[in-house]
Parts: sequence; C-alpha cells; structure tokens
Amino acid sequence: MYALGPAEWQAIDVTLRLCLYTTIILLVLATPLAWWLAKGRSRGRNVVQAIVSLPLVLPPTVLGFYLLVAMGPRGIVGNMLEGLGLDHLAFSFEGILIASILYSMPFAVQPLTEAFSNLGRRPVEVASSLGAGALDRFRTVIFPLTRSGFVVAATLTFAHTMGEFGVILMLGGSIPGETRVLSVLIYDHAEAMNYEAAHSLSLMLLIFAFTTLFVVYSLTRHFQIVRV
Amino acid sequence: MPLFEKPGRLLVILTLLLLTSAMHASEPMRIAAASDLRYALDDIVNLYREVRPDVAIEVIYGSSGKMTTQITNGAPYDIFFSADIAFPQQLRNKGLTTTEPAVYAIGRIVIWSNILNAADLTLEDLTSEAITRIAIAQPSHAPYGLRAKEAMQSTGVWDAVQSKLVFGENIAHTAQMTESGAAQVGIIALSLAKFPDLARHDHYLIDDTLHNPLTQGYVVTRRGGNKPEALAFAAFMATDKVHDVMTRYGFVIPE
Repeated sequence: MYALGPAEWQAIDVTLRLCLYTTIILLVLATPLAWWLAKGRSRGRNVVQAIVSLPLVLPPTVLGFYLLVAMGPRGIVGNMLEGLGLDHLAFSFEGILIASILYSMPFAVQPLTEAFSNLGRRPVEVASSLGAGALDRFRTVIFPLTRSGFVVAATLTFAHTMGEFGVILMLGGSIPGETRVLSVLIYDHAEAMNYEAAHSLSLMLLIFAFTTLFVVYSLTRHFQIVRV
Repeated sequence: MPLFEKPGRLLVILTLLLLTSAMHASEPMRIAAASDLRYALDDIVNLYREVRPDVAIEVIYGSSGKMTTQITNGAPYDIFFSADIAFPQQLRNKGLTTTEPAVYAIGRIVIWSNILNAADLTLEDLTSEAITRIAIAQPSHAPYGLRAKEAMQSTGVWDAVQSKLVFGENIAHTAQMTESGAAQVGIIALSLAKFPDLARHDHYLIDDTLHNPLTQGYVVTRRGGNKPEALAFAAFMATDKVHDVMTRYGFVIPE
C-alpha cells in the first residue's frame, strides 16, 4: 500500500479546510435564505430558487470558467480587488472557497427549505404569542425541530465539496498547498501513471465518504425517533 | 446530541479549528511545465535541490496552451516551460514576462503502443483496420498533438484516421490512455516513451520533416522576475548537467 507522503498530507489538509469552511459558511448563509424560500409563494422566490439550484444542472466547467473570468485580473471582481490593492482571487484558496460555496449551495439550501416547510406555522406562531424573540424562537423551537434538515444539509455540503473536481481544476490550477485538493491530486497521479498512489488515495476517499454518510444517516434515523 | 444542543460550545470548537489551520509559509518557486517534461524535469529539480537545498520548488504540469491561458488570467507561476516557444512568445507580446523566451530543447514525436510492437509501425499503418483507436494530444492547445496532426496530414492519412482518434488533455494524459490499452496506439512525446515504465515497449520515431519543429521554449514570468531563485534556476537550465538529463530523455539540445 502506497505510504502517504507530504504531498498527500498537504492535499488532505487543503481538502479538509475547504470542506469545513464551505460547510460552516454555507450553513450560516443558507439558513435565512431557506427560511425565506420556505415561507411564501411570490414569483421572486421562484427566480431565486432557480438561481440557487443552477449548480445542480450546469456542468462544473461552466461555473469554473465564468468564475475564472470574473475573478481573474481581467474580470469584474478581480479588477475591483486589484483597484483596492488586494490580490485577485483566481488560483487561490479563497477563490476556490467562494467557488465551493456557490457550487454546493443547492445542497445546503434545499434540505433546509424542505425541513422549514415541514415545520408548518403552528410552532413558531405559538412561540411568538408566548413572547419569544426571533433568536430565541430559532434556538429553542425551530432548530430542535428541524435538526435532521441541518444534519443532512451539513453532510451533503461537506461530501459534495470533497468530491468537487471540475470547478477547482478550472479555477484553482492545482497549486500545492493552495488549491490542489485530493480529487485533483488523484487525477495528477493517474496522469503520471503513479497508479499505486492514485489507487490508495481513491480507496481512502471512498471509505471516508461511505463512513461519513453511514454515520449521518444513522444519526438522522435517531433524530426521527426522538422527535415524537 | 450534545454538540448541537449547545451552540456556544460548538462555536468555541470551530474557532479553535480555524485558528489552528496551517498558516501561509513563505512562497515557494512555482514552475509551470508542459507535460512532456514530466520525468525529465523531476530529475532536473532533484539535481537542483542538491545544489540549493534551501529553495522550495513546486512543479505543476499541464498542456502548454492551458498554462498560457492560466498565466494570462493571473496564475502564480514564476517560470513557464512550454512545449512550443510560440506560447511564451504570446505572453511576451502581452507584457507578462521578465525575460525573452529562450529555446531549451527540440522535441520529437513517436508512435508508441502497449499492445502492438510500435517499432514495426509507420504512419501509413495507422489506417489499417486492425487499429481501432489512436490517441493524440488535443491539437488546439497541446503542441505535441498539433505536430501529430501535421505529420498525419503530411503523409495523407489524417482524413482516413479521423473516426479513430481519441484526444488527451495533454501529452502525458495521452501517454496514459495509450499505456492503459484504451487506445491501441498513441502518438506521444519521445521524452515520455523513454520513461522506464513505457520504455519496455519500442517506439517508432516519426520523421521530423513531416511536421513543424517542436521548438520548446521557456520564460521567466513577470511575477517570477521578482524572485532571484527563479532567475538562478533559469541559469541552471543552461548547464551541462541539465543538458545530460535532457539528452537522456531524447531531447535535442540546440547549439
């Protein structure tokens, strides 16, 4: 079995950091967005829902291409940043983090939207009528009742980011320590015909993904039994 | 579940995780290199590390065209080794380089196969019914692919083989496709055919009058101009030790 060298550990570090930060930031961003989408019927909501779900349908290369153009030194975002004296975002960890957030957004928003819809109006209305403030309502009423939605959203986001390849390759450039994530390293090993390395890493990813999903679905079942 | 019931504790743990993440070390020197250099440049970098163990070097391989686009879009490479000097020339014209593009080798293309004995094949043989898939690199952005196309056009087989062609993203990818047997035959770089794993099988050296020369050029990018290590490495490329490695991999060193 191929021993993991510094290049592999570096890729694992980049991948885990990317997945963790994407998941945390997306949960924070997706919660209010999913709440707004769940409560209401306006056409504006349909437009937003369609935009949020685009990454599900678009080839990753399309997203990667547009982001590269926008975030590079000649693009809208890149230009603005360079005007402020900052570095442009293409080929940086921050750049692929933003790409991951956009790419995994539907995986965070949709489970949460569904969970909030299933909640119904009663529990929140009752809490308000008893004088609970917004944050209190979220902490003590909404979150405990929609916990499984949060667990699914977090897990799917984390796992989906771990599997990201096309977008990161387009936008990231496979820079070791910055944007060379595990999926890109495996591709690189396969291309160099280092099959043993490619095999070891792929197997490791497969086992990790399976274990994570297994644990999460077991937890989800537990939550459903606990909720009467 | 305790972790979710106490958001305060979760926040503390997450903050600690974020703070203990790796900080940015000082930037290493980054070389972007065409995939045909994959094994030769690895050897050269190892040689350089013996002389200058203090310099951190990273090499990223890909097709020359793709890397040119990346550099144009701000990729953080300090030196660019292209399989075709036309690409560094493009960068020079856009003001994105520090040095003039310089030739470092002349490349050659070969027919190679993991299944058949390539030494017995010629370009005309590629039209035979026994060969169902031929791998070449993508001509639009990989110089070795373009030369393969030119050679096939010169011998008049290009039209006949169209339906059999499969394209690799770069020349190393092409070699890998051929090595796996997915394509019975491939037109790959001589430098890759000399790699021990592939050298087990013979190759057929394609006449270099059939295609434009593979004048391989390199350049120090505008970004790399600020790094003395980049200019030092560029100078190292001109030494005899490096020429020996290149010759061993089948590159021709111009006088």
